[in-house]
Amino acid sequence: MSVLPYLVAGWICVIGLYGIVTSKHLIHLALCLTVTQSSTYVLLLAVGYVKGGGPPIFKGVKLGTTAVDPVVQSLTLTDIVVSVTVLALILALALDVHDELDTMDPDKIVELQG
Amino acid sequence: MILATLHPLQYAIFALVAIAATAVVLTRDVQRQILVNGFYGILLVILFVVLAAPDVALSMLAVSTVGYPLVVLIAIAKSRDK
Amino acid sequence: MSRQIRIAVLVPALGLFGFLLAWALVGLPHFGDYRGPYGYVLDRVVLPERHMTNVVTAVVFDYRGFDTMGEEFILFAAVVGVVLLLRQGGREEPDRLNDSVGSDGVRIGGTLAVGACVLVSLWLISYGFVTPGGGFQGGAALASSVLLVFLVSSHKAWSGVASDRVLDPFEGVGAGGYVVIGLGALIGGLPFLTNVLGPGSVGTLFSGGSAAFVNWSAGMEVAAANLVLFTEFIDEYVVPLAKGDAAG
Repeated sequence: MSVLPYLVAGWICVIGLYGIVTSKHLIHLALCLTVTQSSTYVLLLAVGYVKGGGPPIFKGVKLGTTAVDPVVQSLTLTDIVVSVTVLALILALALDVHDELDTMDPDKIVELQG
Repeated sequence: MILATLHPLQYAIFALVAIAATAVVLTRDVQRQILVNGFYGILLVILFVVLAAPDVALSMLAVSTVGYPLVVLIAIAKSRDK
Repeated sequence: MSRQIRIAVLVPALGLFGFLLAWALVGLPHFGDYRGPYGYVLDRVVLPERHMTNVVTAVVFDYRGFDTMGEEFILFAAVVGVVLLLRQGGREEPDRLNDSVGSDGVRIGGTLAVGACVLVSLWLISYGFVTPGGGFQGGAALASSVLLVFLVSSHKAWSGVASDRVLDPFEGVGAGGYVVIGLGALIGGLPFLTNVLGPGSVGTLFSGGSAAFVNWSAGMEVAAANLVLFTEFIDEYVVPLAKGDAAG
């Protein structure tokens, strides 16, 4: 079926959210967050695909051959490089929590606040 | 709605990406999860090449083979210290 | 709320969200049936107008250069956040960490590999307007190549290459240089971030005009920001080991 790519992106988003809520370790939570982020990349690139289109590079290729949409690719590639830094920030926060409260379990953090 | 516009190999790579994402979430042990995440990153690179996006595939390759494992493994090692 | 209540509330909510998402996604045009005119216009117009054969890099650094400036500042702010969080206790220099790689084959082969990888990364940044590449991809590859120094030799060699005194100027120049280049066009009476050097010749190193300068500043900033991150994390991990070595 021809809407399969969009449904795959929706499935990845939902399963990532499930992983975030039922997580037992802060680092597992951060990695599930990156899975949810990657569903947006798949959706963006699937929307921009042109049937029978090649990459939008025209070196040695005649101008006017079918090529896919370049704008969604530009959004996606800057996003991917920035996501490492954001993941590092989240892990630094998790290590700080571990230093203070000596646990990596999100459930136990709530209890200790008491 | 049922139009056969996808090549069978495109079906295969989309299905593999969905299965790998489920595997990343359902792996509870953190050290194993980072390895599965590396495998998921390579599957995403193949998907981006199939969708005719070489720039995106290059940046995902450079990031998910070195950046993610380094940062996560050091965080795991430090969180086991005390 | 306890874990059971949380999961009991989650499953119906996630089911409803998934159903609504699937309903919305099914209404999109079929896969491959691209309707928007912007993509078709750009694919035909970029090569005659700007003489750049890589349309994606032209969009990132020339047509939508303002959005890329915003992304760079996200990167900068996140790195500042990480540095503030991980350096709270103050950090003493480790005395002597004896962790150099033992095998000679690994050290020699690895050092040659570092040279080759750095050259490939610089090529990716500079030819970004001709073939797939650009500042962001090349910067990430450059950071990974310099990280190889830590993997194939010792921590002492790595901290000589990636110290704060070396990296902070690069990162500042990269992030600030982008804005300064844009302001240069503004001072001349043109809109912010205009491509003032005009289109170059197709397929060569000079095909970007002044968009090549912002390309290099973005590449420098991405590489330096990633290296600062790696340095912070490695020093957090290595310093307790060195104390253990010296004590035991």
